[in-house]
Amino acid sequence: MRRVVITGTGAVSPYGVSVGTLMENLFANRTAVRSMREQWEPKIRDLSCWVGAPVMEPLDPKSIPRKFRRGMGPTAIMALLASQEAIGHARIPESAFSSGRMGVSFASTTGSALSMEQFFMEYFQKAEIKNLPSGIFFQIMSHTAAANIAYAYNICGRVISPNAACASSSQAIGLGFEAIQQGHQDIMLCGGADELHPVVSACFDLVHACSYKYNDEPTRTPRPFDRDRDGTVCGEGAGAVILESEESALQRGTPILAEILGFATMADGTHMAESHTQSVKFCMKRAIENAHGEPGDIEYINAHATGTEVGDRAEAEAIRELFGDHAVPVSGFKGYLGHTLGASGVLELIICLKMLDQGRIIPTRNLDNPGEGCEGIHHVIALEERKIKTFVKNNFAFGGINSVLVLRR
Amino acid sequence: MIAEQEIRDRVKRIMMEDFEIPEEHIIPQATLFAQIGLDSLDSVDLVVALEKEFGFKINRIEDEEKIRSMRMLKDVYSFIKYKLGMGPFVPESPPRSENE
Repeated sequence: MRRVVITGTGAVSPYGVSVGTLMENLFANRTAVRSMREQWEPKIRDLSCWVGAPVMEPLDPKSIPRKFRRGMGPTAIMALLASQEAIGHARIPESAFSSGRMGVSFASTTGSALSMEQFFMEYFQKAEIKNLPSGIFFQIMSHTAAANIAYAYNICGRVISPNAACASSSQAIGLGFEAIQQGHQDIMLCGGADELHPVVSACFDLVHACSYKYNDEPTRTPRPFDRDRDGTVCGEGAGAVILESEESALQRGTPILAEILGFATMADGTHMAESHTQSVKFCMKRAIENAHGEPGDIEYINAHATGTEVGDRAEAEAIRELFGDHAVPVSGFKGYLGHTLGASGVLELIICLKMLDQGRIIPTRNLDNPGEGCEGIHHVIALEERKIKTFVKNNFAFGGINSVLVLRR
Repeated sequence: MIAEQEIRDRVKRIMMEDFEIPEEHIIPQATLFAQIGLDSLDSVDLVVALEKEFGFKINRIEDEEKIRSMRMLKDVYSFIKYKLGMGPFVPESPPRSENE
């Protein structure tokens, strides 16, 4: 089995384009969550959640040539912008793209909600489709991010899109890791993206998973692990990482940011919407075993922690049961970014790499008092200085999909 | 009756605004695929744009062959004139070459 390392990162976060912008805002303790009532109310009247974390700075889609852009909705556009940064960061040579030894593993919850809206406006209002642009299917299709990135860069290796809602980018990284580990590819561009649209938030609203008490105080929500948490807040963005065999990275002389040690993705098999403690625990345990380690080796856990009643409790219980008295620091970032869904795994992973580089742990924002069932683990509630090498990144999704990565800086 | 120059100007605007083609590439003798850079998807969108711009309707059965036979921009002008009842459709282009 080959060793797999990360050599590049790129981000479009609610704060804007670039990893630098993301980190600057996080270290300044700024939240991206804001009121969406003005934008959403004309489209849906009866939401209970009126907050979200949209990308604040206008993107520049015209920087992407029209030939590529015509098949892209906002999800694919953000995915490509993040990929551009990651490719530049890792200094991937042009010769790698079409070599067949480089692939893409990139996913999202859905293709593009905005493009779907455009399609159905024509379909329902006029019962016609002929005025729609020919590229709309490529914007809507579930593998829009992966396919558009591959097309824009002429990447000819394997292109996969493991769409699994909030675990999408974690699975995408995991499958990219395995493709390199097993020798099928040398380099994989991995990540995830999702766009914020009222129907996306509405889907969470429908299952009572959205925050609804803080519509007039958006900066106070979501509240991962907190006693007063009331649900998640949808956000948007994209993140990309370059995975590469250690051999390839050394040969190219490119700096290695971290090594991926292990990955596991497993299903609850019990419920579509309720996280299951034992399944979450089993998935973390399996990922650590796959990394040839044991729970005692883990020095930090980056939690999925969406701010929902059931999900946070199941994750905290699973962490407590698996890591016991070993006081592993735990924090989650959705209090800053909202839940960027398909992008959340990769964006939060990138944040981990950057903050741990500086020997600091960013705390869980809005966690004032751990809620019932969420106590008994080492919550990081203020910026903590600590040297950490090995950590776990958790992501869990509707559909009962769990995905865990183990990394070493 | 629309003047030939007006047809050319309106097609030029579509090419520049919708397809982001540089103005200098928009000449009657330019081939749609190889020189202007359109592809099969663009040709679908171009037909929709022409329908909207000039107010005619494409009949897929009657017009498909004509649309397929357009090679150069001047064939597009001829097709528009035909659809507007200004004359027969007479493509002047040579057969499509390998690289088109």
